[in-house]
Amino acid sequence: MSNEKFEPKIVGFLCNWCSYTGADLAGTSRMTYQPNLRIIRVMCSGRVDPQFIFKAFKEGADGVLIAGCHPGDCHYKEGNYKALRRYKLIKKLQSEFGIEDERIRLEWISASEGAKFQEVCNEFTETIRKLGPFNSKKGGKNE
Amino acid sequence: MVKIKINGKETKVEKGTTILKAAEKLDIKIPTLCYHPLLEPYSACRICMVEIKIGKRNELVTACNTVVENGMEIFTDSERALKARKMNIELLMARAPAAEPVKEIAKELGVEKTRFEIKDPNEKCILCGLCVRTCEQVVGAKAISFIERGADRKVSTPFGEPSEDCIGCAACAYFCPTEAITVEDLDKREVIHDEMILGPNSAIRVPIRQAVPMVPFIDEENCIHFKTGNCKLCEKVCEKEAINHDMEDEEIELEVGTIIIATGFKGFDAKKVPAYGYGRFKNVLTALEFERMVNASGPTGGQIRLADGREPESVGIIHCVGSRDENFNEYCSRVCCMYSLKFAHIIKERTNAEVYNFYIDMRAFGKGYEEFYHKLLEEGVHFIRGRVSEISDVALTPEEEGKLIIRVEDTLVGTVRRIPVDMAILSVGLEPNFGSDEITRMFNLSCSQDAFFLEKHPKLAPVSTAADGIFLAGTCQGPKDIPDTVAQAGAAASEALALADKGKFELEPVTAEINEELCSGCQLCIALCPFSAISYNKEKDISEVNEALCKGCGTCVAACPSGAAMQNHFRDEQIIAEIEGILSV
Repeated sequence: MSNEKFEPKIVGFLCNWCSYTGADLAGTSRMTYQPNLRIIRVMCSGRVDPQFIFKAFKEGADGVLIAGCHPGDCHYKEGNYKALRRYKLIKKLQSEFGIEDERIRLEWISASEGAKFQEVCNEFTETIRKLGPFNSKKGGKNE
Repeated sequence: MVKIKINGKETKVEKGTTILKAAEKLDIKIPTLCYHPLLEPYSACRICMVEIKIGKRNELVTACNTVVENGMEIFTDSERALKARKMNIELLMARAPAAEPVKEIAKELGVEKTRFEIKDPNEKCILCGLCVRTCEQVVGAKAISFIERGADRKVSTPFGEPSEDCIGCAACAYFCPTEAITVEDLDKREVIHDEMILGPNSAIRVPIRQAVPMVPFIDEENCIHFKTGNCKLCEKVCEKEAINHDMEDEEIELEVGTIIIATGFKGFDAKKVPAYGYGRFKNVLTALEFERMVNASGPTGGQIRLADGREPESVGIIHCVGSRDENFNEYCSRVCCMYSLKFAHIIKERTNAEVYNFYIDMRAFGKGYEEFYHKLLEEGVHFIRGRVSEISDVALTPEEEGKLIIRVEDTLVGTVRRIPVDMAILSVGLEPNFGSDEITRMFNLSCSQDAFFLEKHPKLAPVSTAADGIFLAGTCQGPKDIPDTVAQAGAAASEALALADKGKFELEPVTAEINEELCSGCQLCIALCPFSAISYNKEKDISEVNEALCKGCGTCVAACPSGAAMQNHFRDEQIIAEIEGILSV
């Protein structure tokens, strides 16, 4: 096992209008990126309930990415601002669960930013890979 | 009614009519200088002298302010009247020898010169008081008056200094029969050229010739009435009594089923590029100003003229001003290339000028456009590929003297060139119109990165918006030319009609729902909903979703503390099952 490269499981909540379409663009543009991100489409980043994030960690995720439209571009006017507010709240809460700061990340990716999606995906996967697997039973501590 | 006789002709006029007006009805001309039909008569010039006979009495009176009496006989051209007129015109000729109307009347009366002493050969003012009466009776500013007495009498502002009461309307100069009053702009701006481009306007006018509805409006900012509360001359002359100065803007609420947004664009403000000297150099024009100039119904009648009235010998057209520029707008404004080519063609057609087009890329994108570009190449229009760095008036060689010098890197030749021209036209780009932000908020629209309104889908729903029943037409959605705008407007109209004709409305499948039994009535969701789709039901003490308004973002669902709010197709259980599913392998 130790010789094998650690492949983290990352859950991505992507909003239907910007980030999901951005990911789609990365795909149709034949961009290659790390296959570790497992995408769940939501209509808006404002739909992401904090319980989904903790549920994901409970189910064995090593990192969670929330991606929405750029501020001001939300298809639903201001759902991404709501997401941002919840994100700040989660940031305060996550250490209580033993989740390291880097494991939860919020990004703004527009429908035209296939390249940014690729970049975020690669970078986040690399970060989590360095951090190692998340062990929910041991309160987030590795080993 | 009063019975009178003018030059032997009998007539009946209403009581209170002046001799001048009665004569006018019979087409008998009496010369006047100080009379104006819109002002009270003043009898200052005494050129309208006529002889009247009442009973046995004969006397000389001024026609402008003498009211007719029953049985009055009037002789407008009697020897006595003419003699008096001749004397008066001689006096006026001595007083204001430079006044053209005085010379004309003198000629008509056969008076060649005056026997009185001429004080100032350049004097034009005949002291008729039209200006003073205008300022008082029409404008209501009372900024000018007669000062001094006798030989020193003149029209002036208090103490001969610029008056604070003067509103600068120039009505005095307009009413002056002898052009003795001239208007001078103390700001020393180039008023003449402005007028040449835009043409003189009055405060009541039809906005444009193609205006719908085709009716005039009152420009409150410049209307004298809104400055002094007086004037209303237009109201007095309008026979149909159609003008009402007391009308106010009103808000009309209409209930409609569909809305088409067609708020258009505004031109890029060329002053934002100081290097191009717009506003500093008189002969640097924006495309719209030039368009106005070449318009056959425009102020120059379609002739292409420089600020000093000359025809230009060379014209530079600078493309992409404010477009495809990281400092301003990164997008291509699409229409500029083609209208610039049109300008080049018109200049070639109407003048002998050399025409230079400075372009980055030539985008002749539409039907027949490429052919037009080729036609221009054959017409001898110069095309220089490169972005202009500056327009200056600093001449380095004798042939650059007095010209505008366009500095540009010719990227095809690989050198920096200086091209002297007489006129430079800035092909300004298109920007979202004034007030777009407000409309975005009002209709819950989204904007794309260039700040134009965002369509639902660029290919599949190009005229729809994310909000159902709201459609986009024209340049509010992005820069486009007239054929494209017309096509899009047609599409928007038929989409709107299709929706109205159906009489039914398809709802989004993804909407929120609130479980009545779980809802605690905390109303947290109401504050979160950006579409005002949730309302509070007081009777049941719960919140309710209006499905027609709900767009299905799910923000309320994520926030609901009691789990009462659900998003169809994206229920909590569904997403949690998805999480479990994707993490199970």
